[in-house]
Amino acid sequence: MPEQTFLDAIRFGLGEEMRRDSSVYVFGEDVALGGPFGVTQGLAEEFGTHRMVNTPISEATVMGLAIGAATAGLRPVVEIMFIDFITLALDQLANHAAKLHYMSGGQLKIPLTVRVQCGISGAMGAHHSQSLEAWLAHVPGLKVVMPSNPADAKGLLKSAVRDDGPVVFIEHRGLYWAKAPVPEGEHVVPLGRASIVRSGDQVTIVAIANMVGPALAAAQDLAADGAGVEVIDPRTLSPLDVQTIANSAKKTGRVIVVHEAVEQAGIGAEITARVQQEAFYYLDSPILRVAAPFAPVPASPVLEKTYLPGKDQIIRAARKLLGKD
Amino acid sequence: MLDQAKRKAMLRQMILIRAFEEKLEELYQRKAMFGSTHSYRGQEAIAVGVCSALQATDLIASYHRGTGHLIAKGADLYTLLCECMGRADGYSKGRGGKMHMGDLAFGFLGNTGTVGGTVPTATGAALAAKVRGSKEVVVSFFGDGAANQGVVHEAMNMAGVWKLPVIYVCENNQYAMTVSLEKSTAVKQLSVRGQAYGFEGKTIDGNDVEAVCEATQAAAAKGRGSGGATFLECVTYRWDGHFGGDPGTGYRSKEEVEAWKQKCPIKKLKEKLIQEGHLTEQEFAKMSADVYAELDEVAKRAEAAPLPKKEVDLSGVYAVTEVADG
Repeated sequence: MPEQTFLDAIRFGLGEEMRRDSSVYVFGEDVALGGPFGVTQGLAEEFGTHRMVNTPISEATVMGLAIGAATAGLRPVVEIMFIDFITLALDQLANHAAKLHYMSGGQLKIPLTVRVQCGISGAMGAHHSQSLEAWLAHVPGLKVVMPSNPADAKGLLKSAVRDDGPVVFIEHRGLYWAKAPVPEGEHVVPLGRASIVRSGDQVTIVAIANMVGPALAAAQDLAADGAGVEVIDPRTLSPLDVQTIANSAKKTGRVIVVHEAVEQAGIGAEITARVQQEAFYYLDSPILRVAAPFAPVPASPVLEKTYLPGKDQIIRAARKLLGKD
Repeated sequence: MLDQAKRKAMLRQMILIRAFEEKLEELYQRKAMFGSTHSYRGQEAIAVGVCSALQATDLIASYHRGTGHLIAKGADLYTLLCECMGRADGYSKGRGGKMHMGDLAFGFLGNTGTVGGTVPTATGAALAAKVRGSKEVVVSFFGDGAANQGVVHEAMNMAGVWKLPVIYVCENNQYAMTVSLEKSTAVKQLSVRGQAYGFEGKTIDGNDVEAVCEATQAAAAKGRGSGGATFLECVTYRWDGHFGGDPGTGYRSKEEVEAWKQKCPIKKLKEKLIQEGHLTEQEFAKMSADVYAELDEVAKRAEAAPLPKKEVDLSGVYAVTEVADG
């Protein structure tokens, strides 16, 4: 399998969908020239600026326009440059995109994909570093996807574009330049299915997006210590594949949930609640969360580094569960 | 007519802002500064013209391209540079960074990483000034890109209906990142929008620091007399890319950039002062050399400044309420 970066895999996936389906249009700030990270670079040359549409800086209305266009025959992909800016578009997304199908008694369909970039990378400060996936996963009617590697990014994006409802596809900026093998040819990953990234029988680590890497590194260190660690990547946060996670919890009896977003009311809280509902009597100890402290993301690289959860905290949590601390 | 001392002070301040942006770029290139730069080179006359027309108690709110506004309103260079470099001596102790800081000591309400985000907050500060019966005015700086955000329209409508002492300074530098004004905006002159909200809108040469200063003086006098808001569209040009990683070449021609560099705001005032006999080339060269030397000195101190402690510090997430409940 050829290796691709995460952002190339997204571009190839998007290009394939635009080729396959002439109703796929992309709307966003600076998308025609590729955006700040070059994710959509070159697509305007192939598909024209009438399908790779540069918009004014008007997130709320760009989202609304795309929703309207989706009800009337297009299959729009909206790009919101940073998830920090999705806040501006939340009325359209949460009140309209998410509910129109339900409120219209199933008459209206909103085949909309929202591509949005998130996370800590490069010390960009409190307005360009957030992880807000839990806000979105709280809205019935939205699907929320958060891939951790290039192959999943491509395959899940294709599923998102083909879905007949609104899907928010969250890309962690820190993963953009990571390279990994991506299957050749048509590669589609279904929404709502977790992936068991590593098998083990003593501790389950559920890791989201960019935390899969540190979770695997921690698992490797713990294995050297004799501990069998299973790493699960939910890939889709809503709907959540509870069964795969709960099955692992039943096997290991110990669960840690890891994400970069702040711990309080993060997606880890939902995962924790659902696992204990399914597997309470199999658990040897409380489920632990490793996540960011309850503060805005600080700008200074020194502070950013202390804020960001990582391998060391995961190892500490695992050792605690294993009674080795 | 502005007096000669003030004109020279404005010239010096424009040089200082340019030198600061060049210093940031240098620090960024050698990774002593992080995040991203958003160069203000080419637009210096707006920050300087506007702020030199204000009182110390007046307030300003800025945006991501905000270092010029900070300097023009009176920020301390060392503290400002420390914040840009993530040092503990910065305005926000390294928590805010270049795009997110504030200090009410010199009337700076803050800048923002979300485009248009401070236009409503500036309008709210003007509301408070009016309600308190103070004579303060508030300046809201934003770009041509932000002009198309919904909250900007909503804020201006409220300023119009409530006659708030706010001056909307739109820095029309022709590009919102890679998208030109004509491709994002249905009107050629953004100032016509003032009329839609019931207050005056003017388009002025944003590279003419004196014209900017005089227009702001008039708008501020109107605001202090509760004559309400003014929209000043300052036409200018961003010499550099949108941010540190953008060469600024993929969406505009070299000829266009060069043509605008000929309209340099510093050059414009300098030549006028020399022509009128108020400045010599030697004086200008010395002024410039002094500014660059001062900044090198400040940068040296900032590079040696302490880093924040390597610990999670949750203080400051919530304000400490000084009045107890019930």
